[in-house]
Amino acid sequence: MDPILSVRDLVVEVDTGSAVHKVIDGVSLDLYPGKTLGVVGESGCGKSMTALATMGLLPDRFRVAGGSIQLAGEEMTTVKPSRLRQLRGNAISMIFQEPMTSLNPLLTVERQIAEVVELHQQKSRAEARDIALEMLRAVQIPSPEARLAAYPHELSGGMRQRVMIAIALACRPKVIIADEPTTALDVTVQAQIFRLLRDLQMDTETAIMLITHDLGAVAEMADEVAVFYAGRSIETGPVAQILDTPAHPYTRGLMSCTPRLKLGAQAREPDAGALGEIPGMVPPLGRFPKACRFAPRCALADARCTHDAPPKVALNDAHAALCWHAKEEAFA
Amino acid sequence: MKSFLMKLASVVGLLFAVVALNFLLIQFAPGDPVEVIVGEMGGASDELIAQLRADYGLDKPVIVQLGIYLGKIVTGDFGYSIYYSQPVLTLILQRLPATILLMISSVSVAVVIGTVLGIFSAKRPKGLLSHFVTIFSLAGYSAPVFWTGLMLLILFSSIIPMFPVSGMVSVRGVEGPVEYVLDVLHHLVLPTVTLASIYIALYSRLARASMLDVLGADYIRTARAKGLSERQVTYGHALRNGLIPVVTMLGLQMGQLLAGAVLVETVFNWPGLGRLAFESILRRDYPTLLGILFFSAVIVVVANLLTDLAYARIDPRIGSRKKKAPSPQKAAQ
Repeated sequence: MDPILSVRDLVVEVDTGSAVHKVIDGVSLDLYPGKTLGVVGESGCGKSMTALATMGLLPDRFRVAGGSIQLAGEEMTTVKPSRLRQLRGNAISMIFQEPMTSLNPLLTVERQIAEVVELHQQKSRAEARDIALEMLRAVQIPSPEARLAAYPHELSGGMRQRVMIAIALACRPKVIIADEPTTALDVTVQAQIFRLLRDLQMDTETAIMLITHDLGAVAEMADEVAVFYAGRSIETGPVAQILDTPAHPYTRGLMSCTPRLKLGAQAREPDAGALGEIPGMVPPLGRFPKACRFAPRCALADARCTHDAPPKVALNDAHAALCWHAKEEAFA
Repeated sequence: MKSFLMKLASVVGLLFAVVALNFLLIQFAPGDPVEVIVGEMGGASDELIAQLRADYGLDKPVIVQLGIYLGKIVTGDFGYSIYYSQPVLTLILQRLPATILLMISSVSVAVVIGTVLGIFSAKRPKGLLSHFVTIFSLAGYSAPVFWTGLMLLILFSSIIPMFPVSGMVSVRGVEGPVEYVLDVLHHLVLPTVTLASIYIALYSRLARASMLDVLGADYIRTARAKGLSERQVTYGHALRNGLIPVVTMLGLQMGQLLAGAVLVETVFNWPGLGRLAFESILRRDYPTLLGILFFSAVIVVVANLLTDLAYARIDPRIGSRKKKAPSPQKAAQ
């Protein structure tokens, strides 16, 4: 199957006025219809920037400096602004991290959903209203008829995120980018939102790019995973392989930072409850090490890691890591 | 409805407090109307002065005078102007329309021009217009109103005689209602520009800052992600949000606007309440002055009420008392 969204060697630069830095340096991703790609990594590693670049919504001073982004074969990096507007909200849409501030406080829920339908599907107000109602039902908002007339401040965070999802889904997009959709929500609501996204995906064959720093969310939602570090995608592969046999030391570190419930004999092992940690911090923009960017924090780093850029090591057809030690690490 | 009645009650209480305060304040001012009358008569005997004081009720204790005054106001009797020899109410009602005309035209001009300048400079924060707005607003806000008025008079009435020097209608008189309206509008231009200049300066800056803020908001990014054009984003999503601070400011500044109107009316000889106030202060015409102060308070209070209404229309978070979303329990039934 061909990917619906294909990112190749993407480079995004920021001009800080005094210098130009690469926030994203050669990222490649593939997103398939009906599948979910989990993008994980610490804050500031370029996850959101990849999403915004794909949407053509990079903030001021950021620009795509290289590579390609293809949506159903159409090049997004050089597309005309008018065509980009036709695609946004229609073929590709995005759910943002902050449901509390991502809806316009002065417009009703109906307007905010119907607007996107009227824009892309040339529907009348009445038809758009029906679709808005249908979408509210789809995202399982109680008493949807009454909610149409509600304003965002009358809804809870979880409700608002459902409205955001309704907006994103209204035109049946081929791709949805969900940028930490549950970070601002309660844990119980998180589970509901994820279940909702999965159910809707089954009905519509939509491809989802789920950006998160929560490995639990990845385990629950994703089919494929891309691990980001300092503007690079350092490990990619099927979710089971990434979680069970992580090849990159950084991915391993992330795994050891995630608490797990252990039962029976396991729980009585001496270090059963101990959480791992990754020493040091993500290097600041513009101070990335030249060769392997993770080397200063890596327990396995040797002279080679600090002098030569690590190769992309394929562990099998689907699983690859950007590390000199990928193979030894995977079977260690 | 209940909240409206509550508001009305508080407004009435406020007006009474304003009247009482003004009344007492005037008592502290040196001199009284009798002294002015006597001065204009060229002197009088002590008996006559005492007689005059008794006639005007000025010999009674202050608190009794206040009580009498409040009682009269309730019946719509604002007393008799000492200088103009007319009922104060008649005098004020003659002058009120001119002042309201000046205020409304100035506010409209200021809000429209100020907001438009603000939006355009916010769209290009580093553009030429943006810099112009910054400089112009500083100048406009710093210049005293009467000075601006005088400069405009010199420029556009004297050097380039485009507009009349003073008054509200031509002295020679005009025929026909259409000609009359045009004549008044012609006279209105300079006073309006003068009074509006401060507020154009203020609102353009405010609208610029507010729009810059709003254009960076998350929901604007959402609007762009929907595929809306920049126009639709700016006018459909950003503008109403950006206007909220302007409306807030507008409501707060009604009192200042009226104070500005006094100066402008004096400079342009505009036959409104402001000039009447100025003249009655000079002539110690206290009944007239008190009446004007009362009506000024009414204007400010009414303007504030209108602002509240406008506010509720713009921002549903304010007006949500009347229309509540169904509660979860109700929804479950």
